[in-house]
Amino acid sequence: MVDIPDKDLLAPGHRGCAGCGASIGVKLALNALGENTVAISATGCLEVMTTPYPESAWEVPFIHVAFENSGAVASGVEAALRIQGKDDVNVVAFGGDGGTVDIGLQSLSGAMERGHNMLYICYDNEAYMNTGIQRSGATPFGATTTTSPQGSASFGEDKPKKDMPMIMAAHGIPYVATASIAYPEDFVNKVKKAASIEGPAYIHLQQPCTTGWGYPSEKTIEMGRLAVETGSWILYEIENGEFSITFTPEERKPVKEYLSQQKRFRHLQDEQIEKIQKYVDAQCSELGL
Amino acid sequence: MVKEVMTSNKAVAEAVRLAKPQVIPVYPITPQTTISEYLAQYVADEKIAAKYVKVESEHSAISAAVGASGAGVRVFTATSSQGLMLMHEILFAAAGMRTPFVLADANRAISAPLNIWNDQQDSIAQRDAGWLQIYVENAQEALDTTLMAYKISENPDVLLPSMVCLDGFILTHTVEPVEIPDQESVDKFLPPYVPEHAYLDPKEPMSIGNFADPDYYTEARYAMQVAMDNSIEVIQKTCDEFAEIFGRQYGLVEPYKTEDADIIFVAMGSLCSTIRVIVDQLRDQGEKVGLLKIRAYRPFPVEAIKEAVKNCEKIAVIDKNYSFGIGGALYSDMKVKIDKEIYGFIAGLGGRDITPEYILEAYEKTKVPEKDVTWIGLKEE
Amino acid sequence: MVSIGCVIKNPGNSRNNKTGSWRTFKPILDKEKCIDCDNCIIFCPDGSVNKQHDIDYDFCKGCGICANECPSDAIEMVKE
Repeated sequence: MVDIPDKDLLAPGHRGCAGCGASIGVKLALNALGENTVAISATGCLEVMTTPYPESAWEVPFIHVAFENSGAVASGVEAALRIQGKDDVNVVAFGGDGGTVDIGLQSLSGAMERGHNMLYICYDNEAYMNTGIQRSGATPFGATTTTSPQGSASFGEDKPKKDMPMIMAAHGIPYVATASIAYPEDFVNKVKKAASIEGPAYIHLQQPCTTGWGYPSEKTIEMGRLAVETGSWILYEIENGEFSITFTPEERKPVKEYLSQQKRFRHLQDEQIEKIQKYVDAQCSELGL
Repeated sequence: MVKEVMTSNKAVAEAVRLAKPQVIPVYPITPQTTISEYLAQYVADEKIAAKYVKVESEHSAISAAVGASGAGVRVFTATSSQGLMLMHEILFAAAGMRTPFVLADANRAISAPLNIWNDQQDSIAQRDAGWLQIYVENAQEALDTTLMAYKISENPDVLLPSMVCLDGFILTHTVEPVEIPDQESVDKFLPPYVPEHAYLDPKEPMSIGNFADPDYYTEARYAMQVAMDNSIEVIQKTCDEFAEIFGRQYGLVEPYKTEDADIIFVAMGSLCSTIRVIVDQLRDQGEKVGLLKIRAYRPFPVEAIKEAVKNCEKIAVIDKNYSFGIGGALYSDMKVKIDKEIYGFIAGLGGRDITPEYILEAYEKTKVPEKDVTWIGLKEE
Repeated sequence: MVSIGCVIKNPGNSRNNKTGSWRTFKPILDKEKCIDCDNCIIFCPDGSVNKQHDIDYDFCKGCGICANECPSDAIEMVKE
């Protein structure tokens, strides 16, 4: 069950696009964590759309410093809270995929390795959306972005998505999970579990982006569901080293159903779609889906 | 109060112990390293009740410092040279977010070529970050200034972070006798930090580090200028209060035999000790010469400088830094704000010893000028 | 003048910004058809559906997710 609070801890009036997936993810996460929470954000869509001075959408204490350092800022916040004996306060840091898998990787790695009692949530929309859809390390194979465009010598992004959750798992932290905004109960359970575990936790949340992916705004959740149903995004958790799949689609749909609905993939030829299908098949078989 | 022989790095660490910060994120770099080591040991021995955050870079050190200070506790960090350069972006954020913590910078040259020795290019390159910068001359001043820096930064009329700048190796690794104040007196001088403008408490949520569009950004930056202006009086007052309790008087600047001087040297940091000896020598020879030591470089204490140099004819500024095409930073600031005949001298880059001969050369070249900016001790082949 | 460090001390005041003006299509809920699944509440990016499934048109941007995710087709998007 997803508890419905009387008041969302991410207030409306924020400047997220109509159909914004990040807003859904952050709203669900904050509501799951409750008021006794301090939030940290990297620069990116989330920070810009929620804190245009003098208005803030954050109903919990919030701090932003820069793009690449939310892991380190959260470390400082966590240390400051704990030294004051505020051990029960949840510390949650949000970073987009660029702020997490690219420019913020070192800062996050340090925070995880040091064992701060905090949760880091990467809201992954698979490109730098805030600056106008440039590719990041989390952009999937075949996607066009403004810096991995399709052209006579290019079919778009030519490298697969960086496997960030497994990089986090390699840190040996007590809890790592993937999630999707299209599976809110699964996500909320993971947030609650992460918050209850002593030590660092990492959740990699896929959240479709209407603007960057090129689909109608009402399909944000549908797109997230298709990603999971095709095996393009696999929901799992690794708790104290124990891996488990948390959602198994009844029948895995062909990736084409997911790709064909998004402008970023619409140019792909059968040959590339086949390559993506093989890649997804291999991932699913590796993780036991 | 006890007196011990120690390096300036140890003196800074002692000041930090007495100031009781609650979070210390720090990353080692030569010649700051021993500060990070002393503090790690103090925390390990429970001499400081702080969280020592073993960050993986200077960038994370300053980021964690902003996070912790933003959360509402007293914070200390330290770095040097390349580390300060890596912090550059976040230095601006720290000042803009008005997080009043203290950073000790062991002044060291900037690469390339790689060099671990002293000059002041590192902190000078951060002069527009919105930090207060105070340059110290010896270990005692390093300790005293670190304590005062907290009181100045945390003053509600200031709320800007402070950088205590101490010359690498010349101070950081040289031992001198230092008086260590007792905890009780320090507690009286420096009460706990209780922020009102920004903190992170779920009982009273607020948003810190927000986005500001063109309607607000200018005012936010202007507010920092006002705070910087306010800090001039706050620094002087804090120095006076410190003198009352601890008996050592400091100020924004420190004039030495400037009253009747025709030529006044202007410099910052440990170099002033050498210049003072030369001033005495020249005075013995009947030369009317003095020294104006700049302690506070940011805020730039224009009125205090004007007062100190009002009677002189010429000024010789010695900089351990360089702005290409202009000259030293202190020299160019003096040229902008002080209406006198001013000459600039570049010396001591990358640890080159500034000998008495160099200072005498600067003096001669101020008496009989050849050009506005001169590199002293340059090996021209 | 701005607050010190541009700190915002009355959080949630983004509610001053009525994003309903962005909307071109308006969701209309037929409560007769509603089966209380709460999808419209859970998936609303703008927290614009309350526990009673009333839609707050002050903030609803008209994205249409609620209509798309409604299993009983109780929400219709109508051009404004």
